[in-house]
Amino acid sequence: MHFSIQNIIFLLVALAGFGLFAWQASRIRANVLQGRERDMSGHVNERLWKTLLVAFGQQKMFKRLTPAFLHLIVYVGFIVINIEVIEIMVDGLFGTHRFLQFAGPAYSALTGTNEVLGALVIVAVAAFWWRRNANVVKRFTGPEMRAWPKMDGNIILYVEVVLMAALFLMNTADLKAHQLQNLSMPGAFPVSQFLTGLLPDSVPVLHMLERVGWWAHIVGILLFLNYLPSSKHFHIIMAFPNVFFSRLIPQGQFSNVESITHEVKAMMDPNYAVPAPATNPDGSVVAPTPFGAKDVDDLAWTNLLNAYSCTECGRCTSVCPANITGKLLSPRKIIMDTRDRMEEKYNAPLIFSPALYGAEAKHDPQEQLDKENHTLLRGYVTPEELWACTTCNACVEACPVNINPLDSIIEMRRFLVLEESAAPNALNAMFSNIENNGAPWAFSPSDRFNWADDLFVAEKGEVEVGH
Amino acid sequence: MAEQTAKRPVSVPVMADLAARGESPEILFWVGCAGAFDDRYKRVTRAFVRILDHVGVNYAVLGKEESCTGDPAKRAGNEFLFQMQAMANIATLDGYGIKKVVTACPHCFNTIKNEYPALGGEYEVIHHSTFLQQLINEGKVKAEGGESFKGRRITFHDSCYLGRANDIYEAPRAVLEVLDADLVEMKRCKTNGLCCGAGGAQMWKDAEPGNKEVNIERTEEALATLDGTAAVLDNLRGVESNAPAGPASAKAAGGSVIAVACPFCMTMMADGVKNKEREQDVQVFDLAELIASAEGLNA
Repeated sequence: MHFSIQNIIFLLVALAGFGLFAWQASRIRANVLQGRERDMSGHVNERLWKTLLVAFGQQKMFKRLTPAFLHLIVYVGFIVINIEVIEIMVDGLFGTHRFLQFAGPAYSALTGTNEVLGALVIVAVAAFWWRRNANVVKRFTGPEMRAWPKMDGNIILYVEVVLMAALFLMNTADLKAHQLQNLSMPGAFPVSQFLTGLLPDSVPVLHMLERVGWWAHIVGILLFLNYLPSSKHFHIIMAFPNVFFSRLIPQGQFSNVESITHEVKAMMDPNYAVPAPATNPDGSVVAPTPFGAKDVDDLAWTNLLNAYSCTECGRCTSVCPANITGKLLSPRKIIMDTRDRMEEKYNAPLIFSPALYGAEAKHDPQEQLDKENHTLLRGYVTPEELWACTTCNACVEACPVNINPLDSIIEMRRFLVLEESAAPNALNAMFSNIENNGAPWAFSPSDRFNWADDLFVAEKGEVEVGH
Repeated sequence: MAEQTAKRPVSVPVMADLAARGESPEILFWVGCAGAFDDRYKRVTRAFVRILDHVGVNYAVLGKEESCTGDPAKRAGNEFLFQMQAMANIATLDGYGIKKVVTACPHCFNTIKNEYPALGGEYEVIHHSTFLQQLINEGKVKAEGGESFKGRRITFHDSCYLGRANDIYEAPRAVLEVLDADLVEMKRCKTNGLCCGAGGAQMWKDAEPGNKEVNIERTEEALATLDGTAAVLDNLRGVESNAPAGPASAKAAGGSVIAVACPFCMTMMADGVKNKEREQDVQVFDLAELIASAEGLNA
């Protein structure tokens, strides 16, 4: 154990890194809690099981095999290599060197696995980069994939390569320094053993390079951790709570608006007692919330959690019947808009520069929005997008982390219809048909049973057998 | 065919009449607005009733007392109108003491099954695909004695509100199995099924500006699958295909069928086939029509 100034510096760096992340996480939590209440308690076992399958087990990724395998490599690499980060933390704090080496063969298995995974991660990341930048995969394009989301996607890939390179620099330099001094090196290094020729033959330089690799790896991880809240890569954390709190009810079941239930019951039954409105601590009545959603805080907290879990992969948009046929609607855009608006209205992440969203204006330039209307609805999402939805649930089904864009779409439709009476004319006609005729078409209710007129069934001869 | 000697009139039992006699049916057939008013889908309602009558199910309909479930209002965001409809319907159903409901419409099915309970309406709700599957499993329907679909190519178009919305994928396929036809799957089927374009109240409005109608996109896929050219198209696009290669052998005899289990899918797919000028050799049928016809119940 060589306790030195390095350990003090490491302690300070680690505290700063984790402290900054904790502060960022608390700000994100506050943003999510701006959403409306929705009871997602109970069914813990069912939720844990689903989290195990969908989030931990990547179940829905395997609908598309090529990206599933590439993603699995990076994901497993992330998890396994982070075991080594535990060692780095201990070494950094206490001045030990490869403290896990006491595990003997198990340590060799760990370091060996790490090296193989590290190399595979670099290969997978290269493939991801190709898919993302060579126009191979259509779903990585689209109007919402502006300058920042595109840059973000690449930054993540570059950082992953740098982290892996740092790991190999550390291992190779350490291994070669041991070899030059005829010392036995703990662990197995199936990749680094082939890289020793690339490094100089000076033991002091190798020691320095090993330190450079070590510091680059851990500082890189801490920087990356604090980059996550500004990035789509935040999904590596948020996917787990998002899947855990996702809906367990059938996808076809839309939420019930309880305040409307009370109103309708009171209309149908004059004796129905509408519950008293909630009151503030000072006794004043809490202002009623609008029907549906105009802005992010009108959505449920789970919808806001969705926005932080999105990795912008575009599977939702690529299966959306409206999007496929050239309509404006893109479920991914609804989710990305929700996050952008949340970060604009409430706590912004460290990197938040709407200028980076590119030359294309985020807002409809034809519509000069005053402050009142600069909201999620109209400020970001246009009614044209919302009305193109067929509520088919393809986006919900496609999302690997159980995001539900349909839920948010319906909430905004509710606001348009119930608060603004702004439904398309044809739908207003449908509404009045239901009100007046009990059917969405203009048919008379007295004709409803005409289908049964002159109805015959063929008598089948076999019925007579035995009589 | 030869044993089909006579026809007899079907008098559809109406709930109010049964209640007046102090009777209660085992199951209520919820017809739905399309089933009651849409000329094309009325034929499905009649086919389903022929099956009910033929197997001797103790059923009834609400007749003129039925009203829209509120599905299109709810999908369009008009929660107020939805709940008005829902509570009025629940009052009617509860007034008759209804416990079990069958419907041919996936939208009515989804709404009554999933969304009425929060408003106090608790029923056992089954879709006609599941109901027909049960009749087949019980041996009450054999799909014999009528039109033969043997060897004819049939592809099933999943309704979103049956499939993804309620996880019913196998029942309609099990129903089609009994026809002994050449069943082929579209590439986008089951959980990956492509919407017909009518859901979410789109049925009652024009589509937003785009470059294609959703029902055309879906019909093209169905036709390519039936024609056996889907594999060729997939190859051209460089994707692996599981679509059957080559045309259906019995294409000439009776033509191919796009099978549906939803009134709105019916409208959209039939419009698509018409748009593609393929009405001569491709027909769109509901499951109930196929079964009634194979069972020789049409009169």
